[in-house]
Amino acid sequence: MTKIERNERLIRLCLLVVAFSAISVLAVITIFIFEQGTPIMFKYGFKNFLLGQDWYPSEKSFGLFPMIVGSLMVTLGALIIGVPLGLASAIFLTEFSNRRLARILKPFIELLAGIPSVVYGFIGLMFLIPFIRENLGGPGLSVLASSIILGVMILPTVTSIAIDSIRAVPDSFREGSIALGATKWQTVKMVILPAARSGIVAGVVLGMGRAIGETMAVIMVAGNAAAIPDSILAPVRTLTSNIALEMAYASGEHRQALFATGVILFVIIMILNTIANLTSARQKKR
Amino acid sequence: MIGTVKNIIEVKNLYVYYAKFQALKGINLNIQANCISALIGPSGCGKSTFLRALNRMNDLIEGARTEGQVYFDGKNIYHPDTDLLTLRRRVGMVFQRPNPFPLSIEDNVTYGLKVHGLTARNFLEERLYRSLQAVNLWEELKDRLDENALKLTGEQQQRLCIARLLALEPEVVLMDEPCSALDPMATGRIEDLMYELKKDYTIVIVTHNMQQAARVSDYTGYFLLGDLVEFGETNQIFTSPQDKRTEDYITGRFG
Repeated sequence: MTKIERNERLIRLCLLVVAFSAISVLAVITIFIFEQGTPIMFKYGFKNFLLGQDWYPSEKSFGLFPMIVGSLMVTLGALIIGVPLGLASAIFLTEFSNRRLARILKPFIELLAGIPSVVYGFIGLMFLIPFIRENLGGPGLSVLASSIILGVMILPTVTSIAIDSIRAVPDSFREGSIALGATKWQTVKMVILPAARSGIVAGVVLGMGRAIGETMAVIMVAGNAAAIPDSILAPVRTLTSNIALEMAYASGEHRQALFATGVILFVIIMILNTIANLTSARQKKR
Repeated sequence: MIGTVKNIIEVKNLYVYYAKFQALKGINLNIQANCISALIGPSGCGKSTFLRALNRMNDLIEGARTEGQVYFDGKNIYHPDTDLLTLRRRVGMVFQRPNPFPLSIEDNVTYGLKVHGLTARNFLEERLYRSLQAVNLWEELKDRLDENALKLTGEQQQRLCIARLLALEPEVVLMDEPCSALDPMATGRIEDLMYELKKDYTIVIVTHNMQQAARVSDYTGYFLLGDLVEFGETNQIFTSPQDKRTEDYITGRFG
């Protein structure tokens, strides 16, 4: 074996170890959460955890259903607000604005991603909550407030990935469409968006991941009542908030139940990701 | 060669600039209906720019500016009142690289009709059949109409792009080096197709392949550095060019 070949092997081995160490961190986290969280689920029954409506840890009642519903509601709300806005911004910046304006505006959208989540929460608390309370009723701390804040927070993710995937659509598609007498909007709607779809879906999935995992901003504007919200103006508690709010003082089974919350969050994210990947793969195939 | 002479396109003093670069320097040229006119010349001579000026595709290029007139069917297409969508429906374009949309074969062909608001099912199906028939794709593809067009071979894709255009029944078909991405066999078949299409359409083709121009066209124009050096019947251009520069080019001494 020559020296060069030996070097190649060595580098290959190093890269392999590094790659696996990243994956092994994921594995360790997964194992740890499940190891800590699942025993109590077995003890009190999966059904009670998933569908139980009462969360009274001191009385050994660990129903997570309100938090599961809460997480799904605010995530859906964030997507309803963030995806159309993000997609519209991306379409405008790539297809309709002139290049100079796009160069000025895009960094600002990306800057949104750099704002710490506690700042979002603070701004929500100062402006959004009073606004909702005074104009729409309820306590202000609500599903609606959380959805709006999260919607803005996922905006940069959705927008910048959509911009990248729209830019990746070859110009020849645009030319072909315009040369057939299509308008710009028809071109966007009928050719560009279908061509960029898998990338856009990937952006939405990432945004969804961010929304369901966000903790601090949600805690500040959600109200955190551990009950199923009866309207979008009612307070809500998410799975992440549940962990963050109580971890500091929880012990024993209460603490384990919070890990169980983590397990459920983990599984939900896995399921949502899989669904999104499957849909984008199927659409791509067509 | 042709009994009644009708100029479907008349170009007068056409100048095109890309920012400060002068791409076309005062072109005067008439295109006859139901003929194939070929534009030849070395790379960067302005032949593609000229072609794209005929359906105002240069408008898409930032910094491009056009002066002069192009009369299509008697009307100056550079007049501010021109309806570009209608113009491009009547003067269609086939590109250098086949560019079918990433949609089904059927959706590709009916795309132009749909964007012009023609959506009646029977009508779409009839045009789909006729257009694919016209480019000899119907037999091959009739059972695969809902497959993605990007799965087709390069030649099929280019035929599909022509079919997509024919569905709109344009009057003029502009072809920008339509065979440059195809092998010689496929090129020959596309040339046969052009010959068939001549009955119903006026074709303007840009090519850097002189043999192709000689084979398919009725008229040939030679572009050089943004000038139209010579334009005339293909036979005459290739056998007795009037301009020394044309002669140098077609005999291979230049370009």
